[in-house]
Amino acid sequence: MKLFVSEGNPHCVKVLAVVELTGVKCDISHVNHEERVVPYLSRPVLPALAMPSGVYLFSPNAICRFLFESSGSESSSLTNQWLEWEATELQPALAQALHMTALQGKRAEAAAALQAPLSFLEQSLRKRATPFLTGEEVTVADIVLWAALYPVLSDSSFMAGEPAQVGRWFERVGQLQACQSAAQAVLRGAGVEALKGYLQKQPVPNFQRRDPRPCNQPEGEETELVITEEQMQAAAQTWNRGLGHCPTPASREHPILPQEGKRNILLTSALPYVNNVPHLGNIIGCVLSADVFARYGRLRGWNLLFICGTDEYGTATENKAREEGLSPQEICDKYHAVHSAIYRWFQIDFDFFGRTTTSHQTEIAQDIFWRLHERGFLIEDTVEQLRCERCLRFLADRFVEGVCPHCQYPEARGDQCDKCGRLINAVELKDPQCKVCRETPVIRSSKHLFLDLPKLEGQLEEWLERSVSSGDWTANARQITRSWLRDGLKPRCITRDLKWGTPVPHPDFSEKVFYVWFDAPIGYLSITANYTSQWEKWWKNPKQVELYNFMAKDNVPFHSVVFPCSLLGAQDNYTLVSHLIATEYLNYEDTKFSKSRGVGVFGDMAKDTGIPADVWRFYLLYLRPEGQDSAFSWADMALKNNSELLNNLGNFINRAGMFVTKFFEGSVPEMKLLQEDLNLLARVGWELRQYIQLLDKVRIRDALKCILNISRHGNQYIQVNEPWRKIKGGDQERQRAGTVTGVSVNVACLLSVMLQPYMPAVSATIREQLQAPPSSMDAMLQGTGSFICALPAGHRIGTVSPLFQKLEADQIEALRKRFGGQQPKSQCEVNPSPAVPSPPVSAAQQGVDPEQAQQLAREVAEQGERVRTLKAQKSGEGRRHRGRCPNSWS
Amino acid sequence: MTVQSAKMALRELSSLEKSLGLKKPNKYSTQGDKKIPVLQNSNGPSLSGIVTIATHLVQEARRPELLGSSAEERAVVQQWLEYRVTKLDNCPKEEIKTILKDLNLYLEDKVYLAGNNFTLADTLMYYGIHHIMVDLTVQEKEKWANVSRWFDHVQHYPGVRHHLPPVVVLRNRFYTSGHH
Repeated sequence: MKLFVSEGNPHCVKVLAVVELTGVKCDISHVNHEERVVPYLSRPVLPALAMPSGVYLFSPNAICRFLFESSGSESSSLTNQWLEWEATELQPALAQALHMTALQGKRAEAAAALQAPLSFLEQSLRKRATPFLTGEEVTVADIVLWAALYPVLSDSSFMAGEPAQVGRWFERVGQLQACQSAAQAVLRGAGVEALKGYLQKQPVPNFQRRDPRPCNQPEGEETELVITEEQMQAAAQTWNRGLGHCPTPASREHPILPQEGKRNILLTSALPYVNNVPHLGNIIGCVLSADVFARYGRLRGWNLLFICGTDEYGTATENKAREEGLSPQEICDKYHAVHSAIYRWFQIDFDFFGRTTTSHQTEIAQDIFWRLHERGFLIEDTVEQLRCERCLRFLADRFVEGVCPHCQYPEARGDQCDKCGRLINAVELKDPQCKVCRETPVIRSSKHLFLDLPKLEGQLEEWLERSVSSGDWTANARQITRSWLRDGLKPRCITRDLKWGTPVPHPDFSEKVFYVWFDAPIGYLSITANYTSQWEKWWKNPKQVELYNFMAKDNVPFHSVVFPCSLLGAQDNYTLVSHLIATEYLNYEDTKFSKSRGVGVFGDMAKDTGIPADVWRFYLLYLRPEGQDSAFSWADMALKNNSELLNNLGNFINRAGMFVTKFFEGSVPEMKLLQEDLNLLARVGWELRQYIQLLDKVRIRDALKCILNISRHGNQYIQVNEPWRKIKGGDQERQRAGTVTGVSVNVACLLSVMLQPYMPAVSATIREQLQAPPSSMDAMLQGTGSFICALPAGHRIGTVSPLFQKLEADQIEALRKRFGGQQPKSQCEVNPSPAVPSPPVSAAQQGVDPEQAQQLAREVAEQGERVRTLKAQKSGEGRRHRGRCPNSWS
Repeated sequence: MTVQSAKMALRELSSLEKSLGLKKPNKYSTQGDKKIPVLQNSNGPSLSGIVTIATHLVQEARRPELLGSSAEERAVVQQWLEYRVTKLDNCPKEEIKTILKDLNLYLEDKVYLAGNNFTLADTLMYYGIHHIMVDLTVQEKEKWANVSRWFDHVQHYPGVRHHLPPVVVLRNRFYTSGHH
């Protein structure tokens, strides 16, 4: 018999304890959570017992029962009853409680979830009045329940007052050597924390599914966190640990390659299409989101490679080249440089930013093509297309114009009529004309190759089920993928009659190139190949590598269905996506970004606004369309800059530093922590853990709120303790001023770390001002996160200066006009000047409560929002127009 | 468990009693918010939970082979009984496909859940999966051919069906399985 178990899985405690207790002989094999031991179950289920007969047992209680029976003790009805109760009543409550404790830090709610089953257990024990559940002897029921409850009941800070009989029974069973060693083997003395990895892979218990909040609206009243004595003591312990021997972060050495024993992450952001300058919606949807996660991952110590590049082949490039009188290659060179410059300005820290028009692209795309061809996944078919005999080429849909077959509009395009909006098949146009030379094209049939998606559907579904259940896929990514599969897959054409593309190597198709949707995602591979000759260590290594794809939602099907089919069909052990992160759309002032109408802010213009890149990053991430569309608004940007950055975050960090400089000659004072300080440490620590949990799940926008919450707590703390007054008082008061200043400046140091993924330049400035030790960068973000005293008493800080500037109303109004295109005046918003409050930077000294100022600002913002909503409803424009990624490969 | 499914549980137990040939019906009640069935036992403490009660009824009827005739088979039976109450009961809609898929694969080389012998696991899994099978289209029943075959066997097993309407499962393939 062979028993498979995994570390950190609470069910494994049960079976290991029973194996030792009963002495039944079986080989124990430790495997990963992800290992699918039982061949017929789609999800990995552990523990599992493989019998010599080939039969598998995968339910922990059945395994325990079987082992007991094998050693001669059959279970009674009463034992059965407890086992059934454990599986149907206790487990659902436990799943909730463990999820809340380990992943959300909600201990109080977790304890509440367990109240009902624990009191049932208490009553039963009281009624029977026997040492064990069913009598005088330990049975399988005692072991199973004990092991199930072990993670919560063994943690004294979790259950301060468990019912008395339960407590005694728990202790009695726990005295068995078998129980102790099983718990040690699975949890390694780390309690609930040890379960984290396991819990993250479990489906979220029902209670937690709720609708996402709308993006720009302020969060609802957050429930006040109650800090317990234990939490304060724990926070103090962490704080006192200090940086100690934390190593200085290692600098990045290229080429980055997967390493044994590390979390190896390959991160891509959708390849922007080269012929267009990206707008803010593109930037937040792809490169900026990926950049935040990449920076965060590096701080977490993951071995991470961040790859992107421009997507350069296709009709649109040929088109643009003709427009500008350049060759396609020249167009690509020109715009590739434009893209690089924009991303550099936004501080997107790619490990490599490449392009798709390279010899590696040809090599790899053709290799995948041949592999698909040899394995019978390509089918041939004939397609009717328009061909211009004068230009000697087949016309892409956009190169044909004619009379709409539906509404007779004379200038309908080959793919869609601009008047009636209906989709058109180019050959149906009446009186078609070549857009370039105005010659009438002829219908020609042309042979094309199709990827046989239906044939790959089974494999795809099998893989998808695994990837979606074990990885982090955003809800929209899951939905879009599901609806594609539900509609059934059809063969998809992979060749085109174009010149500007990767040539199809098959002799029968020598005049053709690959269709961009087939070709472009291969760009991820070829760009990596241009980065390192060892690219296959990333791309043909699914065992070691986790692949994250970032994109806007219109790009989902190509990453979740079509491209995986190419790779699965090629059968070359490719790394497929494990986590698919898709954003919704970002609108521009309730309309869409439009280059032709000059509406919106485009990447190259952001710099000209004079607003620093970090502020742009902050605002875009603050309204990152996570779960729902959101809208960029100038007035809101000014408001967020002035209230959140200037008055909240910047104000706190600046004051903390200024107090050290002004009152303590630039040297961090002694800190003697009182209850109130411990309370702040615990609160900040809680936000930090929250931040890590959210970012681990790529909830970038939500995690940003944790940073702002910390500085809000910090401001309140300074406000209440008034160090500027106490410094003028007696010895005791002066000491208090010192403690408050020291704690505050340490909170500022923590903020500089948490800010790094979001606002790298501001983070660097703060760290320079505080002279923060380099090792504090990684140290606080390890594990579940620890708020350590990184600037001990005596540490000397540098010169402190303000971090942010106010955005003035007239400045913002001017920008709004400049980027508003030719929109009629009536569509513009109310004058935003009243929406921009002007509270003083160091509000405290002047007796203005920053909280109050924020409250006012919030109310003004809400009012503005209300007006905007009304206008949007009235014009009916709000939802139809949205900024799209130009690089949707459809 | 909703009130509705609590009623179903009681009906299942009464059907089981009949199929086991138990002469005098037992008394049942329900307990707690979730209306867990409870067997009122005249000579001993009451028992709660559908698996526990069903197991007890089988013992009462002296049909131990229905719980499995070897330790290993008994474990497999218990496992599927547990599967019924933890995975199948109250399963979210999006999980149904996974359950059918897994079962279909598992039943590929088996007549009954515990192998070649009919057991209590088949009866209770049949009761539990009935409402899912009723909703399947012809194509879906063909897709999950092994589940359909097993289900059809069980519903025709003497004395099992009782309170549930029969589900038509075609024995011949009407549709080819798609593009392959």
